[in-house]
Amino acid sequence: MITAGIDMGSRTIKVVLLEDIKVDGAPQLQYAVRKTHIIFPGDLDQEEAAEKVYGEALAAAGLARDQIASVYATGAGRKQVRFATDSVTEMTAGARGSVYMFPSARTVVDVGAEEGRGIKADARGKPTDYAGNEKCAAGAGSFAEAMSRALQLSLKEFGEASLRSGKSIPMNAQCTVFAESEVVSLIHANTPKEDIAKAVLDAVASRVCAMVRRVGIENDVVLIGGMVHNTGFVQSLKKAMDVDSILLPDMPEYVSALGCALLAAESQH
Amino acid sequence: MSELSAFNAPTTEKKPEFWRWQEECWVDESKDWRSAKIITCGIDVGSVSSQCVVCVDGQLYAYNSMRTGNNSPDSARNAFKGVSVKTGLALNDLHFVVGTGYGRVNVPFSHKAITEIACHARGANYMGGNSVRTILDMGGQDCKAIHCDEKGKVTNFLMNDKCAAGTGRGMEVISDLMQIPIAELGARSFDVDQEPGAVSSVCVVFAKSEALGMLKAGYTKNKVVAAYCQAMAERVVSLLERIGVEESFFITGGIAKNAGVVKRIERKLGIQAMETRIDSQVAGALGAALFGYTLVQKQGPAKPLAAAA
Repeated sequence: MITAGIDMGSRTIKVVLLEDIKVDGAPQLQYAVRKTHIIFPGDLDQEEAAEKVYGEALAAAGLARDQIASVYATGAGRKQVRFATDSVTEMTAGARGSVYMFPSARTVVDVGAEEGRGIKADARGKPTDYAGNEKCAAGAGSFAEAMSRALQLSLKEFGEASLRSGKSIPMNAQCTVFAESEVVSLIHANTPKEDIAKAVLDAVASRVCAMVRRVGIENDVVLIGGMVHNTGFVQSLKKAMDVDSILLPDMPEYVSALGCALLAAESQH
Repeated sequence: MSELSAFNAPTTEKKPEFWRWQEECWVDESKDWRSAKIITCGIDVGSVSSQCVVCVDGQLYAYNSMRTGNNSPDSARNAFKGVSVKTGLALNDLHFVVGTGYGRVNVPFSHKAITEIACHARGANYMGGNSVRTILDMGGQDCKAIHCDEKGKVTNFLMNDKCAAGTGRGMEVISDLMQIPIAELGARSFDVDQEPGAVSSVCVVFAKSEALGMLKAGYTKNKVVAAYCQAMAERVVSLLERIGVEESFFITGGIAKNAGVVKRIERKLGIQAMETRIDSQVAGALGAALFGYTLVQKQGPAKPLAAAA
């Protein structure tokens, strides 16, 4: 059986096609990811974008729509997925995907483009509590993205630059829009780019951490979402949360889509 | 990741600056500072704009309003320079200089620093008369609701300086996004077939993505601007409602020039804002210059400033 999970993020749209595999003698079902696909919707509206990402993923996997047993959607635009069998919240999808990848994970930190949140998960991957900020872009990926633009660095360079800094400069501004001007002033004051990068990532980490603390930090901690690629951010977050290690998935942007596909599969049993 | 990195590649090309508002230097030609007894100056170094106001015998004489540079002392000097070039005033002609605004402690030639809240109330009291009781200062990076008495003395205030929603900086972002010069936003926001609902009134970053979504959904640019003006009005009205609005109601700061926001605030409050002929952006510096005037009356002129300051 093959199921699909679609994560309709505010910035990117992800799809995971999942196949269950029966292994003789194994106590539980095993799953294998058949295909992952990500797009930037660009000028498409959410409905069209969902069609596009799903169609492309199916084509690449050589599958037809009627071969997919169930499709679950999540993310900000989940209601716009017309062909979805059902939809779940980002918390449900994120916790399920994280605990599947790391069975020991109990605290899931999800930093997306426009939202950061902390989720507490139980051993079965069900969310038991969460705290997030849906009203403000500070503490989300787009904050770091805006700042990397101001510094004229790619996101990858931005994270790496921050690792080279030994300083910690506090950012006064909480708002992304104001922080951008603050970064410009720091540039004018000839502050090295790596110090500014670290200041920005420390600020995002401290805001994300404040949210996660509201649900409590329980080991193991896993970070999902595109910010996993930002090595500097991971370092800043580790320090802010005061934990020894943070589990990092290989394909961090797909964890919620994977969670959806798993939930879709489980709904069929 | 290649797709992601391409998407986030830094852009360096120079774009037209739609957000850039008109800088202005004005002198009341009917007055002459040479025949005045007391000449005072107020310098307001804000986060986005800087103003210099010169008062002669407690009356507005000249002002200069310009964008704040990346260095507060230079911004203060440049603001005064504009007035100086037009009037022939030198620093050592000034009997008292008061600094105000976010960079008030960095005005190299000031005798005293006074908070912008006190200065805006005092300035509004001059601009709108002594019936002014509630002042909404919509500045570049903050928004304040101020109550004052008949003398322009602050009795209470509330401010938002944590978030760009409801501030001039937020409006600049939208102007840039829509590629509409900032001074035209107000008029354009009324040129719509139907008033749209507000975009996110909380975060400018989210409002920006919502605005793009609206354009995709077929909204005209004007309608998106209307939705943003509406959001900004909602945001400041919620601030005003926490402190209460007593008439007369006066708006200072750059956004006071944007009818798209002002009219929507008035509609929500059911109260008209007072009108004034004086540039709403100079209220803080004007208040500062007036404080200087009162201080000179009380304690005499301060030591003349060195011309090189």
